Amino acid sequence: MTETPCEHCERMMQPYLDRVLSVSEQAEAELHLADCEWCAKRYRFEVKLRQYVRVAASEPMPPELKEKLAALRTPLT
Amino acid sequence: MAGNVAVMADEEAGRNALRLATEARDRVRFEEDVLALSDQVYRVARHLAGSREEAEELVQETYARAFRSWRSFTPGTNLRAWLLRILTNLNIDRGRRKQRTPDTQPLEEGDYFLYNRLEEATADGNVEEDRVVERLSQDGIVEALSAVPHDFRDVIVLVDIGDFSYQDAANILDIPIGTVMSRLHRGRRILKRELAETAVGEEA
Repeated sequence: MTETPCEHCERMMQPYLDRVLSVSEQAEAELHLADCEWCAKRYRFEVKLRQYVRVAASEPMPPELKEKLAALRTPLT
Repeated sequence: MAGNVAVMADEEAGRNALRLATEARDRVRFEEDVLALSDQVYRVARHLAGSREEAEELVQETYARAFRSWRSFTPGTNLRAWLLRILTNLNIDRGRRKQRTPDTQPLEEGDYFLYNRLEEATADGNVEEDRVVERLSQDGIVEALSAVPHDFRDVIVLVDIGDFSYQDAANILDIPIGTVMSRLHRGRRILKRELAETAVGEEA
């Protein structure tokens, strides 16, 4: 089964954004992205999505919990 | 002679007092370092656990154990990873792993799936990717994340939310680094499938 250049680019997206591709694989991906706005858009979306998930998933700690944790410290003798 | 013994006993007592003072100082410093990380620990714990309540309990148990076993921490190593390893082990001890369901369903969707679905669902079909992200609500993201099976979610939470390296995540979860990477890649795809379901009601 042969894949199209865009399918190949899709498969390279996560390792590319995680910076775990070899230098030649990375160059190959960049060559395709420079010419293919369809894929480039999806890469930019992925970067945004990762930032968005990180922010959305970050809930502040309840203030009472911080006090409870401090109370668990070993008392000074 | 008797005087010598007394001097030696004094010196011994002095050394002991110094040792205890040094240890107390080290312990206080350790406790302060650990407490300073509590926001970051909670942020990760919140999504490793099933609910806010569980996360709070888990963080308290983690801190109680960390304060007790502070001597087993090697200074100069990653304290946040050390805490998360305690937390992950406690989470497993709580029996959470009983409900472990390795995701064996075939995952047809590739990495462009979510974008394609969101774009299709957008009226004019040709919008900037910034606007496409805005279709996802914060609640939708939290909900989608909780729908990802534990094994995959743990890795996403540690790496993508907790900013741990693959190596730290591997140490925390006690799995090989290759497994961290494969679970991360698959987990992110599962997350995108879940996000597509919450955002556009797609039945996968």
